[in-house]
Amino acid sequence: MQIYLPIAEVSVNIFLLLGLGGIVGVLSGMFGVGGGFLMTPLLFFIGIPPAVAVATEANQIVASSFSGVLAHFRRKTVDFKMGTVLLIGGLTGAAVGVVIFNYLKAQGQVDLLVKLCYVVFLGVIGSLMFVESLNALRKSRKKATVTTTRRQRGWMQALPFKTRFRTSGLYISVLPPLVVGLFVGILSAIMGVGGGFIMVPAMIYLLGMPTKVVVGTSLFQIIFVTGFTTLLHATTNYTVDMALAVLLLVGGVIGAQIGTQIGTRLRAEQLRILLAMMVLAVCFKLALDLLIEPSELYSIGAAGGH
Amino acid sequence: MRILALILCIIPLFASGEEIVLGMSQDEVAITATFDGSNILVFGAIKRESAIPEGELGVIVTIAGPSEPVAVHRKERRFGIWVNTDTVEVDAAPSFYAIATSAPMDRILKDTEDLRHQISIERAIRSVGAPMTITDAPAFTDAVIRIRKSQDLYKRTENSVLLDQETLFRTSVDMPANLTEGDYFTRIFLTRDGKVVSEFETTIDVKKVGLERFLYNLSHQQPLVYGLLSLAIAILAGWLASSFFRMIRGM
Repeated sequence: MQIYLPIAEVSVNIFLLLGLGGIVGVLSGMFGVGGGFLMTPLLFFIGIPPAVAVATEANQIVASSFSGVLAHFRRKTVDFKMGTVLLIGGLTGAAVGVVIFNYLKAQGQVDLLVKLCYVVFLGVIGSLMFVESLNALRKSRKKATVTTTRRQRGWMQALPFKTRFRTSGLYISVLPPLVVGLFVGILSAIMGVGGGFIMVPAMIYLLGMPTKVVVGTSLFQIIFVTGFTTLLHATTNYTVDMALAVLLLVGGVIGAQIGTQIGTRLRAEQLRILLAMMVLAVCFKLALDLLIEPSELYSIGAAGGH
Repeated sequence: MRILALILCIIPLFASGEEIVLGMSQDEVAITATFDGSNILVFGAIKRESAIPEGELGVIVTIAGPSEPVAVHRKERRFGIWVNTDTVEVDAAPSFYAIATSAPMDRILKDTEDLRHQISIERAIRSVGAPMTITDAPAFTDAVIRIRKSQDLYKRTENSVLLDQETLFRTSVDMPANLTEGDYFTRIFLTRDGKVVSEFETTIDVKKVGLERFLYNLSHQQPLVYGLLSLAIAILAGWLASSFFRMIRGM
């Protein structure tokens, strides 16, 4: 069954959209990532214009993240205090990121930079996480009782403005989460995604938050970042396609619920290793696109300098 | 009234005694939510005051979507990766272009006539100024045609116009599902030995209706309301799914 999308101006299969939304929703609920880094390329692939895909995807992430965060909220695995601090950094970073993005756009080649950004970050984060969680998995198999050795971050303990993040069980300065939020905000504005796939590893490895809390907290702040992005796209580019968003989010919110259930049944290391593999797979696909000669060397874009 | 005015303009130009009388299955294409392409039947007759003249008769039907400038990028390998290096802006390329003819194009239409009336796809695309650094500008125009042909947006179907007794003609043109809105300029040419002897022009109005129209208008006229509405739907859907699943588990 086909549906004509009013803003994208293309006709697509309804069940294809529902299915895509569902799959990405499951991943979103499982890992606490918005899924934008997966969905946006998939939407390009089925023929949605890139500008519409990016803007509409932001709207869909709001829905699946909200659906996911409610489940985490009931389980009390959302650190609101940490989420708010990250969000303040994130929104500031997003504003800075937009400035950088427009500067790059004026220089041309913004597409290439976005793609290279993806390959580099997905590659680095994916490999680090894969190796780390593989080690953790081996260690936990050897010893029945897992001894959690909390690494002491000497310089981080010395920072001012220490606060207690009760849900995460941390007593650290607010500066590291602010900086992490800022950095992720910049990247997500440039790459056009919620930034969950960077935020989740950053929270685990840089801030030392427990994995169970990380997913809910990440979803919590993604809602606001992507909500902000949706409004920005809707008012400046008119590229949010409500019909497309509704179809994607119907699949997405259901998928997110299923994903959250799967997530609670898996061990933290297994969860991380799966996320790492997924991130690496997307990275590999994007790298191939850059390295292999495309069958069509020409492409048609909108006139007007980009 | 516009069609009538056009006919009145055309008549003095073509005093050869043959003239097109046109019928069409529809002069409007309504894009609804379930729009899945459309098929337009173009039919008509050739009106004459005298005997049928000598020479091979040809009928060419063209339907063109709204023209707009497009930027065509070309990739090249630089430092081992494929990047867009050259860009040519094509000044006007129709979003849709279909040609149906009664016989092979080169037999019923001379090049000079094609040039004058801009009938073939190559002539319908206008590209004037490529940057000085690009020496093979036509390759970019060819790329537009190639890409849009593969998307079924540009097509040339020869021998698809049926001619009956050199008087009646009919053809049907498939409009794909990925149409854009606008006035689709429709022309019918009558040729004798490759020369255009009569021309008829009309427009097909392609537009969104119903929910499609409502959403499109809202997004452009009230972008903030539209954006907030999109967010509200997202939040509501997220909440509904969450409570629904909780209810299932509660049972």
